[in-house]
Amino acid sequence: MTGRKTLHTDVAIVGGGIVGASAALALRQMGIGVVLLERDLCGSRSSGVNYGGVRRQGRPLSQLPLAQRAHRIWERLRETIGTDGEYLRSGHFKIARSEADMASLERYRAQSRDFDLGLELISDARLRERCPWLGARAVGGSLCAEDGQANPRLVSPAFALAAQRAGALIFERHKVDEVAHDGRAFMLRSGNALEVHAPALLNCAGAWAGPIATEFGEEVPLQSGHPAMAVTEPLPFFMNWSLGVEGGGIYCRQVARGNLVLGGGGKGVALDADRARSDRDAIASLSAQAIELLPTLRHAHFIRTWSGTEGYLPDRQPVLGPSRTTPGLFHGFGFSGAGFQIGPAAGEVLAELVRDGRSSTPIESFSIERFTPTPP
Amino acid sequence: MTAAAGEIRPVIVGAGPAGVRAAQALVAHGLQPVVIDEASRAGGQIYRRPPASLSQRSTQTLYGLEARRAVALHIAFDALRERIDYRPDSLVWSAQGGRLDVLHGPTRGTDSVPYGQLIVATGATDRVLPVPGWTLPGVYTLGGAQVALKFQGCAIGRRVVFMGTGPLLYLVAYQYAKAGVDVAAVLDTARLANQIAAAPAMLAQPAVFAKGVYYVGWLRAHGVALHSGVRPLRVLGDEAQGRVTGVAWQDGNEERTLACDAVGFGYALRSETQLADLLGCRFEFAPLHRAHLPVRDAAGRSSVKGVYLAGDGAGIMGADAAEWAGERAALALLADQGVAVDTARTAALERRLHKLGGFREGLERAFPLPPDWAAHAPDELVVCRCENVTAGTLRQTVSVNGADEMNRLKALSRVGMGRCQGRMCGVAAAEILAHATGLPLQQVGRLRGQAPIKPIPIHLAATPSLEGAGE
Ligand SMILES: Cc1cc2nc3c(=O)[nH]c(=O)nc-3n(C[C@H](O)[C@H](O)[C@H](O)COP(=O)(O)OP(=O)(O)OC[C@H]3O[C@@H](n4cnc5c(N)ncnc54)[C@H](O)[C@@H]3O)c2cc1C
Ligand SMILES: Cc1cc2nc3c(=O)[nH]c(=O)nc-3n(C[C@H](O)[C@H](O)[C@H](O)COP(=O)(O)OP(=O)(O)OC[C@H]3O[C@@H](n4cnc5c(N)ncnc54)[C@H](O)[C@@H]3O)c2cc1C
Repeated sequence: MTGRKTLHTDVAIVGGGIVGASAALALRQMGIGVVLLERDLCGSRSSGVNYGGVRRQGRPLSQLPLAQRAHRIWERLRETIGTDGEYLRSGHFKIARSEADMASLERYRAQSRDFDLGLELISDARLRERCPWLGARAVGGSLCAEDGQANPRLVSPAFALAAQRAGALIFERHKVDEVAHDGRAFMLRSGNALEVHAPALLNCAGAWAGPIATEFGEEVPLQSGHPAMAVTEPLPFFMNWSLGVEGGGIYCRQVARGNLVLGGGGKGVALDADRARSDRDAIASLSAQAIELLPTLRHAHFIRTWSGTEGYLPDRQPVLGPSRTTPGLFHGFGFSGAGFQIGPAAGEVLAELVRDGRSSTPIESFSIERFTPTPP
Repeated sequence: MTAAAGEIRPVIVGAGPAGVRAAQALVAHGLQPVVIDEASRAGGQIYRRPPASLSQRSTQTLYGLEARRAVALHIAFDALRERIDYRPDSLVWSAQGGRLDVLHGPTRGTDSVPYGQLIVATGATDRVLPVPGWTLPGVYTLGGAQVALKFQGCAIGRRVVFMGTGPLLYLVAYQYAKAGVDVAAVLDTARLANQIAAAPAMLAQPAVFAKGVYYVGWLRAHGVALHSGVRPLRVLGDEAQGRVTGVAWQDGNEERTLACDAVGFGYALRSETQLADLLGCRFEFAPLHRAHLPVRDAAGRSSVKGVYLAGDGAGIMGADAAEWAGERAALALLADQGVAVDTARTAALERRLHKLGGFREGLERAFPLPPDWAAHAPDELVVCRCENVTAGTLRQTVSVNGADEMNRLKALSRVGMGRCQGRMCGVAAAEILAHATGLPLQQVGRLRGQAPIKPIPIHLAATPSLEGAGE
């Protein structure tokens, strides 16, 4: 049977998460032809189910140039994708539970000074005054007033819709199950439905990007992880900031409708390669920490828990940049639990790489080379 | 008698007709199941028992024509009490890795109950297709109206209109009228012609059919106005006082209104499938039920080894079928464990269940969901009351954002994202999505289940004891 449609374009993209979709949008804004294949619905995986933290604070310094670039994209979100996606610069407050944590936050502030994050350390009386709802464990924290939160369910699909409006051809429910390179161009095939030929290929397949890299001789130690998430019924509004904890643990934010969204506290369980849920013990740990941090939550109800499937690399940095084996191939995956904020910038970087062969944002730390030792 | 050390007992969730008969069959073969039920007394929805403090009302008053069966089920259950590990007031809120997470209401304690075999008999709740004004105080679902009467011994109003469709419509109206409440009218969206055409199929269950005919006849004889083929237009309300003052409906070309102070409405039942979903059971669209349901074989085996499905929770078949299916599932569980069971009995149960399928088809034909409900639902109609999502918003989410599947519709519009997690609004949202996209209902999919099955206080989620999880 040859009902298969064949398309020729400039750039083919695998994966319609926030990274692939924003790359598609950026490419179209440069006038470059794009075909994007998403095996499910755009923005329905990690990018659509994450916690929604839009934060720069706490990122490794190597990510801050990218995060700053993303910060400027988030600022123009509505013009860019046609919706505000409930994006709010509500402030992100990283809590210290000990003096050592506090010292660590201070060190981070000093180290990140060049990036103008505007971090403000708060402790003691000012802490109690500004956040009377905080439990006794908190001794202080660091506020990044311009960091914030957004609704991933709305933002990530909107990037794909915006790309489509800008002329990208987007095929949802089209899984790429075959990729090849004939020395000049890439060929992608989705079952008997579609074949795409393009001189450039973006591997933006999230947690599932490993096999595509391997196909081109670039094996990466990519692993799937499943952060546990939960949401409460609507509560009287009491907290503007999105909260995190120094040293990890849980994070939570309150949305305008009053629901508290919480994450962390351990891992979810994978149901299969594609789906995951919050693990029982993770929910228990999340709950215990939440009450400790915000005692008023004690009697609030969880109405839902969930998880997602995210790609992690051992050093918790993404792979972002050109392939070392195949000209025209660019990777953007493995954001290790923190790709929502920087996703739109990663997309722009990928578009620049396609057009110019280089990016104006430093991305050396994210090279795939770090996993493929150069032969002697 | 206690379970042998190290033995993991089979668990039954739900102590309605299906769960009780399943427990009985297991006990008869020497097992000692755990029976977990959210209600405080066994009996399920139909044979729900009022709290002991209210039980002076006779079973005849409580269950009417069902009294004999109700008593039989209660007696059967009471006889089991010493030989099962019965946990009333206990909500199963999650399931994972061979363990159920259980919240015990009165003590606010949490357990994690292990199982090797599990019978899911979680029953059903009302199938709701809303009408403008349904959020006014004084509007109840049919099931809610019935529970108020059976369980709390009170009526939802003094002058009540019942509307919607399905056998429960006439039954509840009858029960209310019998209890002395002024039933102003019964408004059925199905046509008389539907019922006449379906009569032959329904005669597969002559006794049940006769009961239905009896209720209708009784209501008519007692002067209750019965209108069929209607389209409910809205529940009228006093804006200032925010309560029901009447209903408006379309009868042919005529718009009619009627004064009342309460409304009971509903369109038969929908299966409570979340536990089966959390357990990983495979679902398929069941055209007869207009719903995605967990698949099972004729004996009640689900697609997951060790998990059995029985009763309305796996497809609405009514109370008698629930009893047979409960027993059948238990026998399947036993046989799968290598216990010898009476094969003549299993064959008889399967035959009865199969035969009932024909009756069910008849019922669906007699009381179909109004096929044009979605087409006529006005844009301002609130479909999801937890999140205040209107039909118009849903349609816009289709036309502007291209949603063509339930989970995407939920993600973009918030329908089903509130406390009920779609248990109430899911049916209506799916109908609107199918209509707005022009896709068959089957194709718009179903909301994915996630724990908790019902909201759970955070401090209780924080402390799952590992009771029975093996020292
Ligand atoms: C629960 C959770 C909470 C998180 N919280 C935050 C947070 O608060 N802040 C933050 O910055 N980050 C957070 N993250 C991380 C962030 O969500 C991810 O880093 C980011 O969304 C990754 O985007 P992506 O486009 O690379 O991946 P994805 O969104 O996973 O997109 C990859 C897409 O590729 C598709 N695909 C895969 N294989 C194929 C194929 N063969 N053919 C076609 N399509 C294919 C998939 O279906 C998927 O849609 C969180 C992640 C999770 C899971
Ligand atoms: C409100 C209502 C009124 C009805 N009235 C009539 C009637 O008058 N006449 C008639 O013929 N049919 C009636 N029906 C239909 C009839 O109830 C069913 O056909 C029959 O009860 C099905 O039996 P079952 O055992 O499958 O489920 P049910 O009788 O519904 O029993 C299920 C039990 O499981 C429990 N349960 C569910 N989920 C959980 C959980 N997660 N954790 C713990 N426990 C759980 C419930 O509390 C319930 O006790 C009614 C249904 C409803 C919903």
